[in-house]
Amino acid sequence: MNYFPDEVLEHVFDFVTSHRDRNSLSQVCKSWYRIESSSRQKVFIGNCYAISPERVIERFPGLKSITLKGKPHFADFNLVPNDWGGFVYPWIEAFARNRVGLEELQLKRMVVSDESLELLSRCFPNFKSLVLVSCEGFTTDGLAAIAANCRFLRELDLQENEVEDHRGHWLGCFPDSCTSLTSLNFACLKGDINLGVLERLVARSPNLRSLRLNRAVPLDTLQKILMQSPQLLDLGVGSYVNDPDSEIYSKLVTAIQKCESVRSLSGFLDVAPHCLPAFHSICPNLTSLNLSYAPGIHGSELTKLIHHCRKLQRLWILDCIGDKGLEVVASTCKDLQELRVFPSDPYVGNAAVTEEGLVAISSGCPKLNSILYFCQQMTNAALITVAKNCPNFTRFRLCILDPTKPDAVTMQPLDEGFGAIVHSCRGLRRLSLSGLLTDQVFLYIGMYAEQLEMLSIAFAGDSDKGMQYVLNGCKKLRKLEIMDCPFGNGALLMDVGKYETMRSLWMSSCEVTLGGCKTLAKLMPRLNVEIMNENELADFSADHTPKVNKMYLYRTLVGRRKDAPEYVCTL
Amino acid sequence: MEGGLGLLGVSGGGCSGASTNESTVSKVEVVVDAEASSYPIEAELELGLGLSIGGGSVGKGKSSVWGECGRILTAKDFPSLVSQPHRGHNNNNNNNNNSNATASACVAVSGTKRAAEPVSHEGESPTSISKLLCGSSQVVGWPPIRAYRINSLVNQAKASRSEEDKSFGEKDKSNDASKKICNGNKTNATGNEKGHLGFVKVNMDGVPIGRKVDLNAHTSYETLAQTLEEMFFRSTPPVSSMGGEKQQSANLSNLLDGLSEFVLTYEDKEGDWMLVGDVPWGMFLSSVKRLRIMRTSEANGLGPRFQDRNGIQISKPV
Repeated sequence: MNYFPDEVLEHVFDFVTSHRDRNSLSQVCKSWYRIESSSRQKVFIGNCYAISPERVIERFPGLKSITLKGKPHFADFNLVPNDWGGFVYPWIEAFARNRVGLEELQLKRMVVSDESLELLSRCFPNFKSLVLVSCEGFTTDGLAAIAANCRFLRELDLQENEVEDHRGHWLGCFPDSCTSLTSLNFACLKGDINLGVLERLVARSPNLRSLRLNRAVPLDTLQKILMQSPQLLDLGVGSYVNDPDSEIYSKLVTAIQKCESVRSLSGFLDVAPHCLPAFHSICPNLTSLNLSYAPGIHGSELTKLIHHCRKLQRLWILDCIGDKGLEVVASTCKDLQELRVFPSDPYVGNAAVTEEGLVAISSGCPKLNSILYFCQQMTNAALITVAKNCPNFTRFRLCILDPTKPDAVTMQPLDEGFGAIVHSCRGLRRLSLSGLLTDQVFLYIGMYAEQLEMLSIAFAGDSDKGMQYVLNGCKKLRKLEIMDCPFGNGALLMDVGKYETMRSLWMSSCEVTLGGCKTLAKLMPRLNVEIMNENELADFSADHTPKVNKMYLYRTLVGRRKDAPEYVCTL
Repeated sequence: MEGGLGLLGVSGGGCSGASTNESTVSKVEVVVDAEASSYPIEAELELGLGLSIGGGSVGKGKSSVWGECGRILTAKDFPSLVSQPHRGHNNNNNNNNNSNATASACVAVSGTKRAAEPVSHEGESPTSISKLLCGSSQVVGWPPIRAYRINSLVNQAKASRSEEDKSFGEKDKSNDASKKICNGNKTNATGNEKGHLGFVKVNMDGVPIGRKVDLNAHTSYETLAQTLEEMFFRSTPPVSSMGGEKQQSANLSNLLDGLSEFVLTYEDKEGDWMLVGDVPWGMFLSSVKRLRIMRTSEANGLGPRFQDRNGIQISKPV
């Protein structure tokens, strides 16, 4: 390919946007590597400890947009103690020092300090988009800095973050000259908002397409905002409590009717469900509906709402919809592609949906390709039916609230059911298992799940063989996370080279010992094998070393990290 | 993990799978899933520091997962649970609490040693939420729901509970005394499903306040009946004060044999009231919605035995 000038190649590469494809491009030959690297603007770093900011900047001098992920996935479920890591400050500081023209920053499961946000806001004059998902460590003061200093800010999207709310004034820090906002999502903030400031901000943002409000924004403000912004595509309702007979309510109905562009609806963080009919006029246009934070919507109000949503492609809902409600979904939402059913009562252990709801959805919605389903029980027969009805699953995550529950009818393990899923869904990329499971299910996964990239296992399997089947069989595996399974050193050490082909491996409360981990760390210097020591009496194992409570290993080009807390030991 | 009993990571190993515990054992989970009692339970337990599944050996059979199960735990094992206050929980703790205590098995799932105690998580609010939710320790990391989401639900439940107290009057909510955390989303006019396994309501004729029993904690009608008998006829908590009717053993004898003054019935999915005991246990579990301890005299036509007793065939009750 030497006869193509660089500019031509660059132009061609511009059409290749997915980072995976660009990674492939860069491996073709040296000149492609060089051209691709110098022209890449958008970089994805799946594990912030796999590489250092300096090396990223060195390789991608044209960097404008970066996505960083920090903590391991199981940190979401409190398995990773505080201060484990995932600090974004060093990255921002390195970018600032090297004068990177950063415009977009997207972070997931990272610790973001107010200091980082302030630095971010001051050092990158073209900064346009900040998306924080499941992050923590900052307060509304940090947000104030972003609002005040990022003159061309278009997007401020805060999803499910733990933010210390110092109440209100940050929104007022958007200068009057700021008219560029296209997306503002502050639904996760718990504190009060200056409503007048919000209304004025919305009024001067003609390009606003996505707006998600928090609980502090009441119905009458919503009504005023909608009057100002009928062009919205994505709306997150904050508080939705009012009297359906009031004047405000009828004004709201009018305002909503004007919002013909809304395709995505969420929120209803506090809700008076009998006011919901106001939204029936936009339901027919909706492609995405997220009511998973609205336990107040249930029963007939919920089904009435869903009846109007014939074009729905994505639905996130609480299990109080029940099996019957899911049947309504199945008969109404024929275009449904993604469904998530969350438990409204996770710890009491009663989910209101069972295998029947899942089967109903699978038979009514053939386009379904992604599911997260928390349920009370499951059966092999149901899973086999689902597998037959929906061979297009790319993501299949089933969570039976009692994690070792067998088939509710036959009392057998659920091996056959999940086996049917992996056998039928050839494109499956992500799988989460639950229920009573033996090594057999892993045999099936190893045999059939050829495209599997991420596997989450808990309380499953009988022996090392289970894990070995998976490591042997799933060639495209990138992330494996295991808790409370009887997998030990035999499985861990079977194919140590495999871990360099993966992003990470998490094992907690398994049978792996310190000796095994040390062996692994010695054999594979380009892995960081991190052990978390907590205040527990260790249990000693056959090799006379204690069992490891939590192990997280990941491939890295930069050796052990320097910001690990005391309880983390990198072997 | 079922039935609200969650995991009992009682410090000092109050409820381990073996009847003797070293108090030095760190938090352990105990686990017996009532349904799993049909699986072979490892007769030999390994006692030692920090319960482990079968020690160092890696080639374990299926029973290894259940290897820690020693025996079915009964209410006697958890005297502390009964009196354990549920901080911030709804006022119907008593139901849950007592149900927990009287359920014949503690249901949760074992891991190897787990730091179920929140302390090791350094004051992260989610774990205190989990304590708030059921008053006992949880399997850390299960169910796999983002802490943010759980906190949200809890906060919303608290907020709406205070709304209900102000009789905000949402018509969908019945005044269900035993409402759970998420503001009664399981009770509503259209008979929305709740999990039909797990806790079901039990009412007894003549007793104004109902109870709840965890069906998952039982594997047969006998144990269920026994539990109910204990709940309603033998125990002394205020809830089962039966006005003037002091039921003693003479009256209750056996709820299942149709000879006592009371008979156990259930409402099935189709809304019909049926006599407990006719169908296989599993089938019963899948169709039961709630239970009622009915006076035999009112139980018209609920089965052949009543023909004998009353001498007449009467039509089914409403």
